[in-house]
Amino acid sequence: MEVNTPGRRPSPLWYLLLIAPFVAMFWVSSYNSIEPAWGGVPFFYWYQLLWIPIGAGLTLIVYFATQRQDRG
Amino acid sequence: MPINWVALIVFVLLFGFITVLGFAAVRWRRGNLDLLHEWGLAGSRFGTIITWFLLGGDLYTAYTFIAVPALMFGVGALGFFAVPYTIMVYPFVFVVFPRLWSVARTHGYITAADFVRGRYGNRWLALAVAITGMVATMPYIALQLVGIQVVIAALGIESLGLGGDLPLIIAFIVLAAFTYTSGLRAPAAIAIVKDILIWITVIVAIVVIPIELGGYGKIFAAVPPAKLLLASPEGNTLGNYSAYATLAFGSALALFLYPHSVTGVLSASNRRAISRNAAFLPAYSFLLALIALLGFMAIAVGVDKMAEYAPLFKQYGPNFAVPALVLAMFPSWFAGVAFAAIAIGALVPAAIMSIAASNLWTRNIYREFIRPDCTALQESKMAKIVSLIIKFGALVFILGLPLQYAIQLQLLGGVWIIQTLPAVIGGLYTRWFHDRALVLGWLAGIVVGTAMAASQSFRPIYPLQIAGWTVPTYAAFGSLILNVIVVIALTPIFNAIHAGRGADETQAEHYV
Repeated sequence: MEVNTPGRRPSPLWYLLLIAPFVAMFWVSSYNSIEPAWGGVPFFYWYQLLWIPIGAGLTLIVYFATQRQDRG
Repeated sequence: MPINWVALIVFVLLFGFITVLGFAAVRWRRGNLDLLHEWGLAGSRFGTIITWFLLGGDLYTAYTFIAVPALMFGVGALGFFAVPYTIMVYPFVFVVFPRLWSVARTHGYITAADFVRGRYGNRWLALAVAITGMVATMPYIALQLVGIQVVIAALGIESLGLGGDLPLIIAFIVLAAFTYTSGLRAPAAIAIVKDILIWITVIVAIVVIPIELGGYGKIFAAVPPAKLLLASPEGNTLGNYSAYATLAFGSALALFLYPHSVTGVLSASNRRAISRNAAFLPAYSFLLALIALLGFMAIAVGVDKMAEYAPLFKQYGPNFAVPALVLAMFPSWFAGVAFAAIAIGALVPAAIMSIAASNLWTRNIYREFIRPDCTALQESKMAKIVSLIIKFGALVFILGLPLQYAIQLQLLGGVWIIQTLPAVIGGLYTRWFHDRALVLGWLAGIVVGTAMAASQSFRPIYPLQIAGWTVPTYAAFGSLILNVIVVIALTPIFNAIHAGRGADETQAEHYV
């Protein structure tokens, strides 16, 4: 469909997914708490740890979504 | 500390192995090392996997492995900012840095200052970017030596009566020699060994130590409540919340502006290696988060209360928390592996940093201002010699001056390097900014950012006053905002008075 359209870009909307990690991490008051603790690990720690794979996963999604259209 | 022979032998064997590897790397993906692009960028031959090892070894430095847990150990939750920092950095890298790679490939740029020179056609702006990069890098190299120093102390080598500095000097001569002969290929090869050692050490640590201490619950229960969370702000202040978030965000913006990061990015052989690594490098972030928790494990074990470590805690402070934990919890041979991982982890970034800084000197100062007609051979010779001078300077710095100076200068380095963001990152998207406005914005950011840090006796957080609120902010982030405001305000003015603009040698299709 988009073959050989010079200067064509993948849908920029996918990139909005990458805003999520910034919002989550800037919203410090949402995670600065002990509870809900998980196996004795305070929320503050496991929640931020959890965002590492979430951030990587979102990046991968955007990578694959934009690669397909980027090929030419 | 008595000498720990078993640990020392393991340490020396591993160190010897990477020394041989560093020299042998000259044959790896062979290229003509008389060309700067081959010596200083390994000919841009690295695919996704080598780039992953190289950037992992480059960005997650020995100093990080010592200082982040030390901060958790000494201060508590605020030290965990390293985690949101690494969460925010990769989406940013994913979006922005493939563009830098593409434009650099098209025009043969090997530094960020090269790009700025080509984009804005203003060699003074490029000079500002080059000098900022070099000055910000030097204390960073010096701090890598701290990682080696604490490890050497933990091995008990000082008790041999050789003088504690001798092993450090030997390590640095080795580093200087293989960087000189092999260029970027050496740290890239060694990074693979270093990363494997670090992964083994950390995975063993996070499994074995909690088992011995009775689980993660017990570890967190041993941490004083005041260190477990950020203090909640009260009254008209955002307190530790804005400090934590801006520290993470500002550090994330600054990280890839450092010359050693740019060198790592530009040594990739293809654009996709960069975007893929933005998704794969977070594996190291996970590692870093676990390393941070070693600081709490050190609290739970109570290493600072053990008599045998007291003299070294007195000398190195919280930086000795991780080495003490390793000694207290592991058999000697494994301590040797862990210490080798840290020491080798210092050599990789130190090598890349010195290469990156000498690329800047050679390309953007020597060839631009001193010897425009230099041959390719002269250029690469110059870079090799300068890489030696830079490392020697770092060694003299760390041996001759109090450690506190290096830490404060590294903090200021972050404040300075972030001021190149409007020119470098802005330039990847738009040519709207006037190059003279960028110079003035850079200057304003450097002066105000330095003043902010100095007013807090060189601590990173400055209490900004905004509409009756106190917003503690990372000085690098606060001064960057000022920088951007100056650039945006002055660009229309320079345009209005028809101040000359340099020529742009890049085109839109060079970036994608």
